[in-house]
Amino acid sequence: MSSMFLKVFDWVNHRLPIVNTFERHLSKHPVPKKVNFWYLFGALASVVLIIQIVSGIWLMMPYENTEEGAFASVEFIMRDVDYGWVIRYMHTTGASMFFAVVYLHMFRGLLYGSYQRPRELVWIFGMTIYLVMMAEGFLGYVLPYGQMSYWGAQVIISLFGAIPYIGESLEVWVRGDYYISGATISRFFALHVVALPLILIALVFMHLVALHEVGAGNPEGIDIEKHVDEDGVPLDSVPFFPYKVLNALVGIGVFMIVFSIIMFFFPEMGGYFLEKANFEEANPLSTPEHIAPVWYYSPYYAMLRAVPDKLGGLIVMAGAIAILFVVPWLDRSKVASIRYKGIFSKIALVLFATSFITLGYLGTVPVTESRKLMSVIGTVIYFGFFFLMPFYTSLEKTSVPPERL
Amino acid sequence: MSNPNTTRRKVLIGMTAAVGAAGIPFAATPFISAWNPSAKAKALGAAVKVDVSKIQPGQKIQVSWRKQPVFVIRHTAKSLESLGQVVAKLDDPESLNIEEPYRGINNTRSKSNEFSVLAGVCTHLGCSPKYYPEMESKPWDSSWSGGFFCPCHGSMFDLVGRVYKGVPAPTNLKVPPHFFEGTILTIGEDEGVA
Repeated sequence: MSSMFLKVFDWVNHRLPIVNTFERHLSKHPVPKKVNFWYLFGALASVVLIIQIVSGIWLMMPYENTEEGAFASVEFIMRDVDYGWVIRYMHTTGASMFFAVVYLHMFRGLLYGSYQRPRELVWIFGMTIYLVMMAEGFLGYVLPYGQMSYWGAQVIISLFGAIPYIGESLEVWVRGDYYISGATISRFFALHVVALPLILIALVFMHLVALHEVGAGNPEGIDIEKHVDEDGVPLDSVPFFPYKVLNALVGIGVFMIVFSIIMFFFPEMGGYFLEKANFEEANPLSTPEHIAPVWYYSPYYAMLRAVPDKLGGLIVMAGAIAILFVVPWLDRSKVASIRYKGIFSKIALVLFATSFITLGYLGTVPVTESRKLMSVIGTVIYFGFFFLMPFYTSLEKTSVPPERL
Repeated sequence: MSNPNTTRRKVLIGMTAAVGAAGIPFAATPFISAWNPSAKAKALGAAVKVDVSKIQPGQKIQVSWRKQPVFVIRHTAKSLESLGQVVAKLDDPESLNIEEPYRGINNTRSKSNEFSVLAGVCTHLGCSPKYYPEMESKPWDSSWSGGFFCPCHGSMFDLVGRVYKGVPAPTNLKVPPHFFEGTILTIGEDEGVA
């Protein structure tokens, strides 16, 4: 029996590199032996990606991508489909949790200089994933065709109208109609369930291939490949499988508990994960009192509103995301980790994180004079963190990281 | 060893690439065009007709064109006179900042000297402003001389949809294409231009 199995396995392995791939990427792939919990969020992001794909496929089955049917079919999922409510709340909770773990994952990158040479491409693939995720989230939010779907999309699509000359015809082209109609929903549906997920999976693959080529970083920000044994394996490393996989399972277990508590008890999260206005069907003739984006876009929405000019607001918002791509070339520090960077880098990172969270809050509340001023200050700090990075990272006094992990 | 055909090969590769690149716009055309409004969407977005003879002076009716509200207002002689008095409060009284289809014909901004035809969509974030024709003190303006007030973010417009200074809306309300045939108003196309 077992020799039969071995024969079949051998036959396949001669035609498909199972053992090779397993060894190269898992059982013999060296990773730093000492990392902290910040290094968990990448694994969590892939877990959420799988949750989103599975729950998304199941939501597609009863969902109807038409102007007349979309809203009703979501209510049908919630009330009439067995366990439909779990699947939908899994998907909506998953969307917010995806952004939560990705934001923490990105912050880890800033904290320990994960984007530094030779990991620039890992960072760029990661940022592209973030960008596609934002598009994916927006398209998905429009699909239930509730009031906030409609008016949120109205505001976002009208941003295209700020582009000189072609703006207004571009709006009509994106909608495929003179208002956000069934035509808009069905194309957003196609993009949300086929086009962008394909791109997303391809990007995640590239992100991991590039990471495995250069090896994972560590909180000390040092190169573990300087000290290797006679086989060329870094002394301060352990094989990814089983050590890091089993290690991550503990974190994944904790994450699943948090995920389930939200999904079962607080799926709306006080209006931050699912907004109240979206429990009402879209009505093109009546605007809700207050239009706010979901929490994961709100820092950028606050920046948009901080600029009094429509086109200027669009440029600032796009620039805030674009500038993240060039971080590997803005950081001129000799060291990677915040542990050995100087006081300016530490202050800058704290100010940056504070401004991002503050902008995030400001983007969810109605605008007033003082909040507008705070948004302007927050936007200036956000951009200052990046624009001044070449100066404070090269001028400050850094300390010397240890040789070994 | 150098290849005597290097130049020849480069030219051939270049020409092949150029022909291939020229094909890209042709291949892209159906995919891009398929996103335009379909024949059905265009038909549903066609012009609408409305009889304006039943509208009383001072009254506003709301017509739905392309699922967006369009306001038709029959002005009183008194309100038409008042249009000049609010100019000081307005941001762009001559509608210079937007494409004004019927500039300088009537002070109603329409093709009629009695009716105004306005897209009932605030130029700020797309809410529908409310009509307050009375000349009296209002919570948002103690010397209100009649016009539109947007409940969402407090933008104010006068009776012919011209935006006030210091409000979030960037421009005047838009005037959709329209024409009158007697008492029949057509919204959505210009006379002779379908």
